[in-house]
Amino acid sequence: MDASSGLAPHPHVEHDPHHHEGGHDHHELPFWRKYIISTDHKVIGIQYGITGLIFLFFGFSLMMLMRWQLAYPGQALPVIGNALGHLFGPDSMPDGKMTPEFYNSLGAMHGTIMIFLGIVPIAFAAFGNFVVPLQIGAPDMTFPKINMASYQAFFFGGCVMLVSFFVPGGAAKGGWTSYTPLAVIADKGPAYDPVFNGQTLWLIGFILLITSSLLGAINFIATIIQLRAKGMTWMRLPFFVWAQFVTAFLLLLAFPPLESAVVMQLMDRVAGTSFFMPSGLVINGVPLHISGGGSPLLWQHLFWFLGHPEVYVLILPGMGIVAEIIANNTRKPLWGYKSLVFAALVLGFLSFIVWAHHMWLTGMGSTVSAFFQTTTMIISIPSVIILSAFFISLWGGSIRFNVPMLFATAFLPMFGIGGLTGIPLAFNSADLYLHDTYYVIAHFHYIVAPGTIFAVFAGIYFWFPKATGRRMNEFWGKVHFWPSLICMNIIFLPMFLQGMLGMHRRWYDGGQGWTFANEKVWGLSGFEWNTPISIAAWVMGLAQIPFIINFFWSMKHGKKVNDNPWEATTLEWTAPSPPPHGNFEVAPVAYRGPYEYSLPGRETDFTMQNEPMRESDRKAYEAAAAVH
Amino acid sequence: MEIPYTVTARPDTGLWNAKVGIWLFLASEVMLFGGLFSAYVFLRLDADPGAWPHGLLNVPVGTMNTAILIVSSVTVVMAWASLKMRRFRAYWWYMLVTILCGVIFLGVKLIYEWPQKFEHFGAFIKKDALEKYEPYLGNHHLAEKGLPPRTEISGHLHNHEALHDENVKEYEIALDPVNADPANPAMDRPHFLYIPPTEKVAKIEKADVEYANMFLPKHSAYFASYFTITGLHGLHVLAGVIVFTYLWLPVGTKLYKRNPEHLANRVEVAGLFWHFVDLIWIYVFALFYLL
Amino acid sequence: MNETHDSLAAETAPADEHAAHDVAKHIRGYLMVGATLLTFTAITVFLSYVNFGTQKANIAVAMLVATFKACLVAAIFMHLSSEKRMIYRILIFTFFFVFGLFWLTYLAWYDPITR
Repeated sequence: MDASSGLAPHPHVEHDPHHHEGGHDHHELPFWRKYIISTDHKVIGIQYGITGLIFLFFGFSLMMLMRWQLAYPGQALPVIGNALGHLFGPDSMPDGKMTPEFYNSLGAMHGTIMIFLGIVPIAFAAFGNFVVPLQIGAPDMTFPKINMASYQAFFFGGCVMLVSFFVPGGAAKGGWTSYTPLAVIADKGPAYDPVFNGQTLWLIGFILLITSSLLGAINFIATIIQLRAKGMTWMRLPFFVWAQFVTAFLLLLAFPPLESAVVMQLMDRVAGTSFFMPSGLVINGVPLHISGGGSPLLWQHLFWFLGHPEVYVLILPGMGIVAEIIANNTRKPLWGYKSLVFAALVLGFLSFIVWAHHMWLTGMGSTVSAFFQTTTMIISIPSVIILSAFFISLWGGSIRFNVPMLFATAFLPMFGIGGLTGIPLAFNSADLYLHDTYYVIAHFHYIVAPGTIFAVFAGIYFWFPKATGRRMNEFWGKVHFWPSLICMNIIFLPMFLQGMLGMHRRWYDGGQGWTFANEKVWGLSGFEWNTPISIAAWVMGLAQIPFIINFFWSMKHGKKVNDNPWEATTLEWTAPSPPPHGNFEVAPVAYRGPYEYSLPGRETDFTMQNEPMRESDRKAYEAAAAVH
Repeated sequence: MEIPYTVTARPDTGLWNAKVGIWLFLASEVMLFGGLFSAYVFLRLDADPGAWPHGLLNVPVGTMNTAILIVSSVTVVMAWASLKMRRFRAYWWYMLVTILCGVIFLGVKLIYEWPQKFEHFGAFIKKDALEKYEPYLGNHHLAEKGLPPRTEISGHLHNHEALHDENVKEYEIALDPVNADPANPAMDRPHFLYIPPTEKVAKIEKADVEYANMFLPKHSAYFASYFTITGLHGLHVLAGVIVFTYLWLPVGTKLYKRNPEHLANRVEVAGLFWHFVDLIWIYVFALFYLL
Repeated sequence: MNETHDSLAAETAPADEHAAHDVAKHIRGYLMVGATLLTFTAITVFLSYVNFGTQKANIAVAMLVATFKACLVAAIFMHLSSEKRMIYRILIFTFFFVFGLFWLTYLAWYDPITR
């Protein structure tokens, strides 16, 4: 079904595909200018993508380690345990047995790395950088040098985070949220070094990452506002561009308050201030010698002021990718384009005023709780609109189930499960029970892991031909997809059960010593459920190997394809694959909306955005308008 | 294809790229300082009655610095206007004045204001020992007038080793005027002019002290937010000075010869940033120096 | 663009006479605003030594003056009084969210469960 599509000729090939190779760049740049400190948005996108994928796998590996401890608490990790103990220092895994402190480090760094070094760089920065300028018909981003600086800040931020594993005491262990006062007093033993300790390096790395995101966000918004091709009006933008636009605004306006909070926590740790340290703290029976007067709640407010928009930063680019792929593979226009756009805008707007629903247990009064509970309920409406539009788009389509489409369709129910299970958490009475249990873990992982990460995979398979001129292998793509989908569900579904039993998300022994974790549910006790979950996690790790091999192998040996192998309609497919510096030979012009599939009166079932209007098109549009 | 609209405006938005960029950046800056100021509000609301200090900063110097920043804002907008009218000499002079203003502002902060604070000392007295130090605090007098009590004794620390050495049992302070003569009604409100510590020396037992330190960021929530916000603001001033210097150096002249409008745009963008820095200072001045 | 310009001859030849004239009209305004800002700096310093009854009243007065000065800077120096629509749109959202940040954190402080 899908294989034939790759061979279809492009109806408007006016140029020799080999004409571009090197011919466009008159002066050949040296390797390091071209690939290391390049200002070309495509190279930067690929840099972000590959670095992000490496971090994603690294963050996943941290979790695979944690899963050993949860399934077999206190037992030595076979084969690699000793080696890891030597690598991460004597406090991490002596004799292959994990210490509680190291477990906490892994937990905190898993969250930080997956979100800020994995998904945001890939879903937002990599896809945004590579695809957005191409889709709007621009030669590059508006500020190419700032774009380069953005990647470099991200890279150094990532390096600082990695280095923090190897300082005395190990990486940050205050959770990915770094709640104070715990985070401020962490590692403050007798050998406290004000800079070279896990938490301080976490903060420094974070400032770099925030800077990177801010620079990226400014660039994205300015590019979309200023560099849209002629005829590319706002309502002709592909939904992916809209999603990136809203995401960029979320980053631009939500990250700075957290940056200010991070600066303040850095002051707390390095200069001894007490922004987030209340008076009268006693640690190990000794009163803490600080001026006091600070507020731990303040940190939580500022953290979640970013933290909640961040959730939509993670999911919106994924929705954008899925929208492109669904429209392309159902061969019909995306259902409800306008409602999708407005839903994304409303989603972005509302995401700023719901943050305190992460803080139900901090003792807010009923007025504030009622306010945040209401806004949280309201924000589910645009999410449901988007998901419904995607489902309706599938209706009546003759769907091509190629690998990108498999991942994109899997995204829909997975995101649905994640979203619906969030509703109990939005009510503060239900959340009092479920807060900080495995239920929460399952809920948000359903959104980000089989949600966004599947969308990311879909996007990689989908745009790989544009970046390389070759296609990734379909068979190995399916070998990657099916085990991943199955394992994802074996990992996260039982966590809902564990959460409802009351198992706390930060227990380092998997609940072994707790009575209610030993209650049986569906044949296994809460604690025993850890074993199948862990095995599924490791199998899923193995299932990524076909992807990794496929990815690198296809760069050199994948099947060569033309400029528009998926027979898509948006402008990026009019550029050569891979696009040269400057992207387009002639500035493209958009004559129509982004999803003109199966337009009556056309000889092909896709009409690209840059194809001029014909009389038959006009009639078709008028007929369609009459129906609505 | 080249990147369009770097100098000329895009017809439908009426803007050139860098202008969109700088406004987006300023939007993020509004949120950044918004976070810091909301922290200030939060901490101040949370503080015990009377615990938030007043009049610790040097108001005449702060006023002077405010005036300097305002003048520099005027000169930078004049520099831009000169470029628009293609008067390069005038631009050059206005820019020079702007840069000097920025440097003076930073100099006053770093050489005068901050070090003076670092040399000052304050000790917060425990609640049950307040009566013992009544001669330095004047709380009876304040209570009569319905004013919030004082809990801190400040001045010049004679025995610096007391900060670290556990064997030293008391602090020896040359008192600030307010602690030297606490019952004097003239001391009820802060003075406009700065008065250095007096000759009068007081000894304060460490056992009676809740918390004591030099006027460093760790001294109190007030100084923590003061140093953090003015420090971050100072970094912005520094960034502005660097950008202006870059545009003022021969690089700017060359750009002017090639494309004067491009230089004017760059100065406008840098100027927008500078005005924002000035705008933030207007609030910093009111919140920390006057209130 | 014009590489043959090797002197500062452009000084007498604005590219766009109209734009240059527009700018010239505003110069007096810029100087006036500068003077107003300096005056109000003096006024706010003076007002801070006047007792308005409560600390809250003094804060309100100082914030009012500061906001007035900030508005002048934004409207005149930063040309916000006549800016393009796109800039306004960006700033409206920014101010809405910064207001939300202040108001909601204040609300959360004001309404704890113990009260």
